[in-house]
Amino acid sequence: MDSSVLSRETLIQASYFVTAALFILGLKRMSSPVTARSGILWAGSGMLVATVVSFLYPGMTNYDLILAAIVVGGGLAWWSGKRVAMTDMPQMIALYNGMGGGAAAAIAAVELYRGENPGYATSSLAVVGGIIGSVSFSGSAIAFGKLQGLITKSIRFSGQQVFNLLLLAAALILGAMVAFNLSATPAVITAFFALALLLGLTMTLPIGGADMPVVISLYNALTGLAVAFEGFVLGNAAMIIAGTVVGSAGTLLTQLMAKAMNRSLGNVLFSGFGDTGGEAATGDVTGSLKPIEASDVGVMMAFASKVIVVPGYGMAVAQAQHKIWELCQLLIDRGVTVKFAIHPVAGRMPGHMNVLLAEAGVPYDLISDLDEINSEFETADVALIIGANDVVNPVARNDKSSPIYGMPILNADKAKNVIVIKRGKGAGFSGIENALFYLDNTRMLYGDAQKAGSELIQAIKAVG
Amino acid sequence: MTGIVALYIFMLAAFCGYEVISRVPVILHTPLMSGSNFVHGIVLVGAMVALGGAHTTLEKTIGFIGVLLAAGNAVGGYVVTERMLEMFKSSGSRQTGTRGNTAQPGKGAH
Repeated sequence: MDSSVLSRETLIQASYFVTAALFILGLKRMSSPVTARSGILWAGSGMLVATVVSFLYPGMTNYDLILAAIVVGGGLAWWSGKRVAMTDMPQMIALYNGMGGGAAAAIAAVELYRGENPGYATSSLAVVGGIIGSVSFSGSAIAFGKLQGLITKSIRFSGQQVFNLLLLAAALILGAMVAFNLSATPAVITAFFALALLLGLTMTLPIGGADMPVVISLYNALTGLAVAFEGFVLGNAAMIIAGTVVGSAGTLLTQLMAKAMNRSLGNVLFSGFGDTGGEAATGDVTGSLKPIEASDVGVMMAFASKVIVVPGYGMAVAQAQHKIWELCQLLIDRGVTVKFAIHPVAGRMPGHMNVLLAEAGVPYDLISDLDEINSEFETADVALIIGANDVVNPVARNDKSSPIYGMPILNADKAKNVIVIKRGKGAGFSGIENALFYLDNTRMLYGDAQKAGSELIQAIKAVG
Repeated sequence: MTGIVALYIFMLAAFCGYEVISRVPVILHTPLMSGSNFVHGIVLVGAMVALGGAHTTLEKTIGFIGVLLAAGNAVGGYVVTERMLEMFKSSGSRQTGTRGNTAQPGKGAH
């Protein structure tokens, strides 16, 4: 080995070392809103360094193919990433994540098809990474299809879980045959990958749209693991570290999300709820819905000392966040204390609503999460509910028979006045009647969130 | 890299990932998931090495798809994370009527 190869090797290893450090520091900086922006820049520069330096690998060929693939793949992703609306962010993340899983599976495939068994341990890791990557690839594609509205049905049949287990077992048996060099023919390897891809499809298809965020987060963690395993195969420390960090961080994030939705991970994956399920309990709700005019709400809020806004996904769908923020700014200028209360599952995944509010220009220090804000509702004059339903339903606190019993909710019912902006009289996403709407201190302001927002702005301006 | 050293790296990195994330506020969960999604885009360097060492047409085809997908993961993950984080502002830098997202370049969180 001549010295130029040796120094190149050193340069590559040193660059990967720097990249791994930049990734970890970048993720650390992303954990605070103040430094988050710089965090992605740090991680991004790490990625750039690693990519450029990898062209120097000794013995590399096919430079034209590599460049072409990077330009086409990166270009398409750049174009789509710049165009996607903030409301569609969850499915876009699912798509990019699936691509990473597919890439990990492709690495495994190249290594396995080459047929030079590098030792049982390494081949086993390639096989395991191949399964995980394939499942993440096809599963994420289904998650994307569901959230994008391309797949509307949740396909379920009896014995589905047994079928999935058999699929997994079959894939593992074929994988073991390849890894232990019993029968590493191209046909067996192809069948192995086909089964793994099919498993991703059949695992994800029965899961309802409402549970998809948890699933996307899980596949994100799985892709990380697959990347780490392929990193072992290639002896690439940057891949091992980055993949493992994402694997463990993603697992934690998945648990946090499942907890916020009051579901266990096993429940999400195997129960097939998450749709507007059949058990739409009616519940015994007494009282009546009391409508109110926008002008009255305007006066009420203009002379309040504290208003808490509870936005839900309905607000984002109506693209009303800009109007609502305009309304809040009017109130702030009048000296009213305005806060936004965000339920962990508002939007389509934890933190999604914060992104949508940030898009409208709402400063993050006005936004509080459930634990911070819940004790404040008692001192609030007005709780303004916009497009949120189940997350403020007091039934979750006191009705043991309700399917959402036990889910942590925002205590909007404790506010002196509750105003609900709602399009019609129908029940919420889960089909459960909302007891909050029938309380004595609740008034309903019927109409589209966008239109109601404009009316409220007019009403407050009229107060003068 | 010997197996046992790789195993140590795996263990330490796992604890590291858990610790780094454990102090993240809920408001950053979506950008963070997107950010960690970007980080595993490092699979790109592995895909490049795999394609760089491919000989047969089959290996080259799969390697090409691998690099294509990995580049999509890395670039797409970066673009959407950056777009989301760019919008986070505190009251100190309050702007009225900020519509859209990349309208004002250079006006990030700080």
